[in-house]
Amino acid sequence: MTADNSTAPLLAARGLVKAHGRTEALRGVSVELAAGEILAVTGPSGSGKSTLLHCLAGIVRPDRGAITYGGERIDQLPEARLSELRRTEFGVVFQFGQLIPELTALDNVALPLLLAGRGRTEARASAGEWLERFGVRGQQELRPGELSGGQAQRVALARALVTGPEVVFADEPTGALDSLAGEQVMTALAHAARESGTSVLLITHDARIAAYADREVILRDGAEVAEGADAVEVSR
Amino acid sequence: MSTRHILLGLLAAGPSHGYDLKRRHDERFPQARPLAYGQVYTTLQRLVRDRLAEVDGTDADGGPERTLYRATEEGAAELARWSAEIAPPAPFVANEIFAKVVVAILAGGDPERYLREQRAAHMARMRDLTAVKTAPGADLSTVLSADYALTHLDADLRWMTTTAARLTSLTAEVDHR
Repeated sequence: MTADNSTAPLLAARGLVKAHGRTEALRGVSVELAAGEILAVTGPSGSGKSTLLHCLAGIVRPDRGAITYGGERIDQLPEARLSELRRTEFGVVFQFGQLIPELTALDNVALPLLLAGRGRTEARASAGEWLERFGVRGQQELRPGELSGGQAQRVALARALVTGPEVVFADEPTGALDSLAGEQVMTALAHAARESGTSVLLITHDARIAAYADREVILRDGAEVAEGADAVEVSR
Repeated sequence: MSTRHILLGLLAAGPSHGYDLKRRHDERFPQARPLAYGQVYTTLQRLVRDRLAEVDGTDADGGPERTLYRATEEGAAELARWSAEIAPPAPFVANEIFAKVVVAILAGGDPERYLREQRAAHMARMRDLTAVKTAPGADLSTVLSADYALTHLDADLRWMTTTAARLTSLTAEVDHR
């Protein structure tokens, strides 16, 4: 699915509200993601960053507001259609890769292709190519428990990108890594996304990771405070 | 930054002339202000005066004649001493950003807005530096210098974030003095 109008955002949310019990996690957030853009969403703990990602990725439904993807409202889609969208158009990476512990790295990456109906040989070949791109081909027969944190996150990135998604949602993808491993993972993600024109919605509380993005949206108490204004005048 | 010690460090690799030292300095410290030729030659003369370097002949190499310099044993010892000397951890309490926030509070300005805009400027610079260090073919000097700058900008930014959150209590404290 692609945007009908090249100037329209690929993914847009308007006035999102979402409560967990009596706590309002999102209080009218609006955000746009352009095709090929890497957007960082930053803010303190509890500011609603992850809830925003879950809403945009179709994992949870907002209580109010609208989400459009390629011009189509997706917040009211039936679950089966939403599930198909997540499988074919979106990729997701979490802080702890959430790889399947019983499967090898290669089979973890091949899994989304198998679920999409691709043949095993083709799926494993594609998975191998993505592991190669992320520099973990040598670890393809290892299980997640045998990988370092950085290697596991690279495998998780390969799994998120193997289906050729339009958007990758990354929720603190470097949050559990030391700074060097985190930067290596982020460099790999940014390069892969820019090469393939994939949009990335990146949740992070780390400014050095947010600096890999084209733009930044800051959340506080469930609302956006400011967009990082590139146009701010800097005195020299 | 001690230009004399950096030039001594560059001379440790072997005799060199002023033009070459300037070129190698700018390559090794790509994010630093480029050295002026005049500063290079003045520093070399002082190193010779202090017996830390000496003239090692001339080199024409098809162009104008250039004076070659090399580090003396005293120069090597001084370089070793300086390299191992622990730099005092700088407290940076006189930082301009800190001063502007306090003044904005004293003068009834809008420190929150200032912090927000300063943060955006810091983030824009961090994005530039990140692009520089992750560009294909970026050499180690470029990566290290960009990392150094990014780490310091990040420290400022963390302080700004914490300060924005503390502004209410900070304003009350300044107002009462």
